[in-house]
Amino acid sequence: MISVNFSQKIANIMLWASALITIAILFIMVGHILLNGVEVIDLQFLLESPKNAGREGGILPMIVSSLYTTGLALIVAIPLGIGSAIYLTEYAVKSPLTKAIRYATETLSGIPSIVVGLFGYTFFVIYLGLGFCVLSAGLTLSIMALPIIMRTAEESVRTVPIGYREGSLALGASKWQTIRKVLLPSASPGIVTGIVLGMGRAIGETAAIMFVVGGGWRMPISPLSPAQPLTVHLYELFSAGIISTEIGYGTATVLLAMVLAITFTANWTMRRYIKKIMGE
Amino acid sequence: MNKIETRNLSIWYGDGRVLTDVNMKIKEKCITAIIGPSGCGKTTFIKAINRMIDLTHIARIEGEILCDGENIYDDGIDVVELRKKIGMVFQKPNPFPMSIYENVAYGPRVHGIKDRRSLNEIVEKSLREAFLWDEVKDRLNEPALGSSGGQQQRLCIARALSMKPEVILFDEPCSALDPISTSKIEDLIVELKKNYTVIIVTHNMQQAARISDYTAFFLTRGELIEYGSTSRIFERPLDKRTEDYITGRFG
Repeated sequence: MISVNFSQKIANIMLWASALITIAILFIMVGHILLNGVEVIDLQFLLESPKNAGREGGILPMIVSSLYTTGLALIVAIPLGIGSAIYLTEYAVKSPLTKAIRYATETLSGIPSIVVGLFGYTFFVIYLGLGFCVLSAGLTLSIMALPIIMRTAEESVRTVPIGYREGSLALGASKWQTIRKVLLPSASPGIVTGIVLGMGRAIGETAAIMFVVGGGWRMPISPLSPAQPLTVHLYELFSAGIISTEIGYGTATVLLAMVLAITFTANWTMRRYIKKIMGE
Repeated sequence: MNKIETRNLSIWYGDGRVLTDVNMKIKEKCITAIIGPSGCGKTTFIKAINRMIDLTHIARIEGEILCDGENIYDDGIDVVELRKKIGMVFQKPNPFPMSIYENVAYGPRVHGIKDRRSLNEIVEKSLREAFLWDEVKDRLNEPALGSSGGQQQRLCIARALSMKPEVILFDEPCSALDPISTSKIEDLIVELKKNYTVIIVTHNMQQAARISDYTAFFLTRGELIEYGSTSRIFERPLDKRTEDYITGRFG
């Protein structure tokens, strides 16, 4: 028999160790990339196009491509996600249909990204004839971001206290006024979290857009021009036999910094907003 | 003058009956208290009066509720107008997550008042009427949820007053409050009857005795057992069940 105290001690150590290992992995990985990447990054790297088969020069077109495709994806996924979240929580009566919709979004979020990419290729690029371009990539990415945004938004709209709805309706506000003026503002911190998660998914996605975005190093101007987001660029640099590891680390660092910057800004803004509406 | 009258009002939730043939005439500019044990249909009754019960999809309503002689369940009735006329204060204070000012201005804004001066006037008048102005006039732009529970409830009353209603329904407005806040709200409600018709659901019989002019006693399945002037109900109840309830023998 092991004594209670002893087993407690072992449990403490194991729990502590797993937390430590998790954090360590994160720090080592991010640290490794940043340490190697930061020295590559200068103004030239951020503001120029690649030169000499990607060995030199910068990655500006890739940064723009990433922002461009992700932005388009969010423009599509945010209204759809929030709209269906509101429909499910405020309008739909619990039924097999709403169950089916929820099940569908869960399934959608579980589809391997390469499969989504294949669909994007056959549907947007070929069938709709959009070609390899920013728009095709944006639409494909919106499929990746949509379930995340919808589920988070649904959860946050659902948790808005029923009293807010009653209070507003009892003042003679319509359902839509209640949604617009009370529900959405109260749910917005959660919704923004969902948007940030969806954005992270979209900006970091490679497999889903590899076959729809076209590639190349030209600056994408129109939504119909081909593009090469950072992730695809990184993939290309490495798969082509590591042309330049440094450029690879630099690209990864920029990608990471963009995600972190957006996450922090969103969190900070939301914290201030929550303080403003909720008091302390 | 009767402000509200119910005629054979019955309500079911699905198969369960929650209100049974209620016939009641509610006097204008008086406080009418609704008392009775939990689950006797008190809240359902007042929610029917401003049609908040419409939100409960499984509710089925029979009979009539007349407000100023007009059946509020008639097809032609505009629910928005009805709820402007019949305001409601809920059991749990439910100010919106906005500033104090915006909470009171919400109703008028929703009904199309945009002019800043008119809004300022309405906000000040409503807050004064709710005995809250002096406590919050220097922090109108701070979040309402930062106030104490009692202040929040008075804010909700001010919010209801901002619509210039004729009737105000209170659904156990003090059940979440401490005794001091409760007594403030009671003073306020008594003051309000000068200008408004007040119907208040309460669990607290002393409260009903203290502030109301008329008392209605409901029992299981929403039967109206006894209804009359508060002093008569509490001093000389006609029905044995009323007596048992107000003397605390059950409930």
